[in-house]
Amino acid sequence: MTDAVTFRGVSRHFGIVKAVDEVDLSIRDGEFFAMLGPSGSGKTTCLRLIAGFEQPTAGHIEIFGERAEGVPPYLRNVNTVFQNYALFPHMNVRDNVAFGLRVKGVGRAERHRAAEEALELVELGGYGNRRAGELSGGQRQRVALARALVNKPRVVLLDEPLGALDLKLREQMQEELRKLQRALGLTFVFVTHDQDEALSMADRVAVFAEGKIQQVGTSEDIYRRPNTRFVADFVGSSNVLPADLVGAGASGQWASLRPEDVVLDASGREATVTGRYFHGRVTKLSLDLAGQSLTALIPAREDAPEIGETTKISWDPARVHVMGQGA
Amino acid sequence: MSDLSSNAAIFAPRSGPLARTVDWIIRHPRMFTFLMVLPITLWLGIVYIGALIALLIQSFFSIDEFSGIIVHEVTLKTYGELLRPYNLDIILRTVGMAAAVTVAAAIVAFPIAYFAARYAKGKWKALFYIGVMLPLWSSYLVKVYAWKLVLAKEGILNWVFAKLHLTWLLDGVLSIPVIGGNSLSVSYIGTFLVFLYIWLPYMIIPVQASLERVSKDLTEAAADLGATPKQSFRMVLFPLALPGVVAGSIFTFSLTLGDYIVPQIVGNSRLFIGQAVYTQQGTAGNIPLAAAFTVVPIVIMGIYLWGARKMGAFDAL
Repeated sequence: MTDAVTFRGVSRHFGIVKAVDEVDLSIRDGEFFAMLGPSGSGKTTCLRLIAGFEQPTAGHIEIFGERAEGVPPYLRNVNTVFQNYALFPHMNVRDNVAFGLRVKGVGRAERHRAAEEALELVELGGYGNRRAGELSGGQRQRVALARALVNKPRVVLLDEPLGALDLKLREQMQEELRKLQRALGLTFVFVTHDQDEALSMADRVAVFAEGKIQQVGTSEDIYRRPNTRFVADFVGSSNVLPADLVGAGASGQWASLRPEDVVLDASGREATVTGRYFHGRVTKLSLDLAGQSLTALIPAREDAPEIGETTKISWDPARVHVMGQGA
Repeated sequence: MSDLSSNAAIFAPRSGPLARTVDWIIRHPRMFTFLMVLPITLWLGIVYIGALIALLIQSFFSIDEFSGIIVHEVTLKTYGELLRPYNLDIILRTVGMAAAVTVAAAIVAFPIAYFAARYAKGKWKALFYIGVMLPLWSSYLVKVYAWKLVLAKEGILNWVFAKLHLTWLLDGVLSIPVIGGNSLSVSYIGTFLVFLYIWLPYMIIPVQASLERVSKDLTEAAADLGATPKQSFRMVLFPLALPGVVAGSIFTFSLTLGDYIVPQIVGNSRLFIGQAVYTQQGTAGNIPLAAAFTVVPIVIMGIYLWGARKMGAFDAL
């Protein structure tokens, strides 16, 4: 099966800034693919390369097997949901949604019908006559989604689409997006800096840093078996420790140990509590283990030691993931 | 005296009349707004609009043609005079010129404004503003006379055309009836060019301001949804910039309607509204007719703005 999007050695440099640097990537047809990384890591530029707003300075991009370099955005069957929604302020909701059909010459009645259908898909049936300015953030988000989906694109690009929503709405939209993607069987490429969002929604995640992909894999892969110190730290704020200290691998190697895998254990090793933060479900402990700082998440049902106390900790050696040499 | 280093939770009131006034104003924000708005309201209401109304009242009087004395009786006779072929010609000539200048200014200004709003950053933007505003810093008369020299038969433009062996082209353009003439400096084309040059900044600045507010995302979204650059311009960029174009056109249109210097220096000797007002209230002493002529641009602008609103020019505001 042809991949939806393929990058072969793609670079996008802005002067001396290497926004995207020799990236190889393949996104499968029908998958929910997340691009995760801090701001400035190149994830949004990658999305813009797929959309056609940017052209690569080197390398090749294919969309469903067809060469995409040099092809302008309006000739790509790819639609974007923008971070700030980018709804046209001088049009009502229906005309916004129908825009893509209008420019392709679809008749008024037909495109209004299709727009209404798309609005119903995002549960905004009957909102056609409203102005974009009259809608709430969550509703605008849905309109932006309907505006993309009405064109029946081969790939849907989402640029931090949930960033501006409050927590509750965000969680609800995450679920709906996922459901919609499954139901339509479309390829979704989703850019986010929120690791929870990426892990919970995506079939596969690519972690970006400094214009390069650090690791591509399923959420569990990325979380349990981070390739690099960056991935371990960025995804789930793992403890990155010398491998020999945690009793795995050889000296000079680094190991990742998830904070939630550290448990209080009277028969374990001694560590000093340097910080204690109550989070509700868990208590976060900053510990000092033989000179290395370490974070542990203790379930709230357990009594956590106070700052300055010495406690004993242990972990399941199987939970320790040794990363490559010098990674 | 209050001691700012003291440990008090609330400091003692400040002393001195200015400090006390400021404190009072902060406690009475509505009063503050009123005081701020009062002078400008008085100025606008009495000096500006009041004077205008006094002028308009004059247009409902008439002049005794025999004695030249103003008859203080309300009549529409003076407005009737506007419809005489000679006066009607003046009005149509001026409105036609103003419309041509406005359309041309919009066409010339749009790409300049677009470039400045989209691509110019930092010092280039500053350079753009200086470049656009610089002509406004020098005297209007100097510029118009400079243009007369540029456009004159012995002027630079003729010389350039001659050097390029294009004199035939210039002669061809000048031989066009009505807008042509003996040389550019005594033709409507010349008047048009000078008007266009003089009022262009008034079009560029508002268009640039309105384009500045059209975020790049919107044109990208249009392209993303399949709009070609032409469609994107027609359906997104232009409608969103329209309030700026309308604002600019109010300047270029009304400034051209009211000007009496440019057509006097550059152009043939046929009158424009401004010149008609000037002659009627000066040499002819026909204040009512001058006032009636003044009403014409006001009415035209009113109709224009009403039409622009009807067509949704301000929907994007």
